[in-house]
Amino acid sequence: MRARRGEALIERVLLFLALSAVAMLGLIAVFIFLQGLPIMLEHGPGSFLLGMRWAPTKGGFGLLPMILSSVIVTLGAMVIAVPLGLACAIFLSEIAPRRVANLVRPAIQLLAGIPSVVFGFIGILIVVPLIRNYLGGPGLSVLAATIILGIMVLPTLISIAEDAIEAVPKPYKEGAMALGCTHSQAIFGVMLPAARGGILAAIILAMGRAVGETMAVIMVIGNAAIIPQSPLDPARTLTSNIALEMGYAAGEHQKALFATGVVLFVFIMILNSVATLRVVRGDRR
Amino acid sequence: MSRCAAMTRAAQLLSLCGGFAWLCLVLPGCGRGGHGHALVLAGSTSVQPIAELIAEHYELEHHDRPVNVQGGGSTAGVKAATEGAADIGMSSRKLKDDEKDLEAIAIAMDAVALVVNPANPITDLSKEQVAGIYVGDLTRWGELGVEGLIGGRTDAITVVTREEGSGTRSAFEEGVMGKADISPRALVQDSTGTVRAIVASDPNAIGYISLGMVTSEVKAVTYNGVLPCEQTVESGAYALARPFLFLTRGAPSRAAQDFIDYALGVEGQRLVVQAGCVPVGGESE
Repeated sequence: MRARRGEALIERVLLFLALSAVAMLGLIAVFIFLQGLPIMLEHGPGSFLLGMRWAPTKGGFGLLPMILSSVIVTLGAMVIAVPLGLACAIFLSEIAPRRVANLVRPAIQLLAGIPSVVFGFIGILIVVPLIRNYLGGPGLSVLAATIILGIMVLPTLISIAEDAIEAVPKPYKEGAMALGCTHSQAIFGVMLPAARGGILAAIILAMGRAVGETMAVIMVIGNAAIIPQSPLDPARTLTSNIALEMGYAAGEHQKALFATGVVLFVFIMILNSVATLRVVRGDRR
Repeated sequence: MSRCAAMTRAAQLLSLCGGFAWLCLVLPGCGRGGHGHALVLAGSTSVQPIAELIAEHYELEHHDRPVNVQGGGSTAGVKAATEGAADIGMSSRKLKDDEKDLEAIAIAMDAVALVVNPANPITDLSKEQVAGIYVGDLTRWGELGVEGLIGGRTDAITVVTREEGSGTRSAFEEGVMGKADISPRALVQDSTGTVRAIVASDPNAIGYISLGMVTSEVKAVTYNGVLPCEQTVESGAYALARPFLFLTRGAPSRAAQDFIDYALGVEGQRLVVQAGCVPVGGESE
């Protein structure tokens, strides 16, 4: 009897702890929206979402340059990361001998453990001067951020894509090869299409990571609040806009940064829901 | 049986740890207000190093009077003093008209120095030239009489500015820009150190930083023919000077007054010089 009561108590406590974790997420969302939405509604959402001028201490709250820059930088990072990451995932799951895979896989996980400020530092010391000296412009640019982000999202992309490929039932590959496919034909013709849902989810989650990355981007992108006309132009993403100005912001300025947070929140929610839907649909197939 | 007991023990432990984590999250929120008798200074990150240095020496002489120096920015310093969150607020800009009800005491003078890469042959910039560069009308060093390339691929000026809300930026805007906006194409950095690092590494760059932060990595140019240094700032000949202020609401408390007296005294002013700033005669504004 005593034991059962203890059991019930423990379950109750665990339930409470689990709920408080979820409640914290809810509280964060409520807080961001409470802080950010009023100023958006007061000035009109249009002036935030479509405005071009960001001068928050002088009444300019246009976030369009930041929204577009976030999209451009994220897509650019995918151009770099998807071919590299997919190739690596295919190699790890299908081609690499076990001993090689056991070396490469921890190395990639190590890549995930490197703090973003270190990536930013490498960007400033190596990538930025290379761009400035060989391609022109100030060096701090969309291109620099794209390259750094492309490398940073690799671990996410590789590990999820690898899982997706390994989840394809063995008979698919065996059947294809029994019908006379070569190994690579089986991989590209059968395995990858079968793993499409999971691979898309991997790409979308990697995009979420790229959109949310802050520190490394601030260090290499130059932070000019303009729509970049070339990869060598500086730009400013939504996250860097918040982190850059949070320290000194007060009053309306601070609220405008929370409004930036609202836009970012919606952005990430959309990406994550698409990824979840993809995984669910991919599983069903 | 003993395994079962171990599991129960583990579950209890988990619940306990979870409960503790919860307390850690909640308690700091409740326990505000009882921070002993430490004198709290908060505000400008430009004033912070000087205040910390003075506080360190002050505590050596007065063991029973701890001093706690926090950052946050000039605007936060004004707010902290107004609301009484800090005993002394720190500001690196003059007070705005609606902030004039605070008592302001200048403990040091600083200047905003215009810095270029040491490879840049330019030695003097007029107010009109600087404004032209930062508005975006002057985009090439050639337009300022610099012949040939300084070291990069082009002679396009890399304009570096501080982020919106920074005290250094507002001092610069007030002194140079007047009503005009800084071009959105300028690179934005959120600390004096990164502005200096970019100017040091990009031969075409120009930036503005606190006089105390000028090192041999960068070259300070004369502004309207006046070199920023202790003599010109003290005499008022250098136009971009600004006071470092201690702010109190009403008359300072006895503890605060004692610290302010120390900062204005011989020892305090010696430390101001040691920190690279210009001492004041001790008169309040």
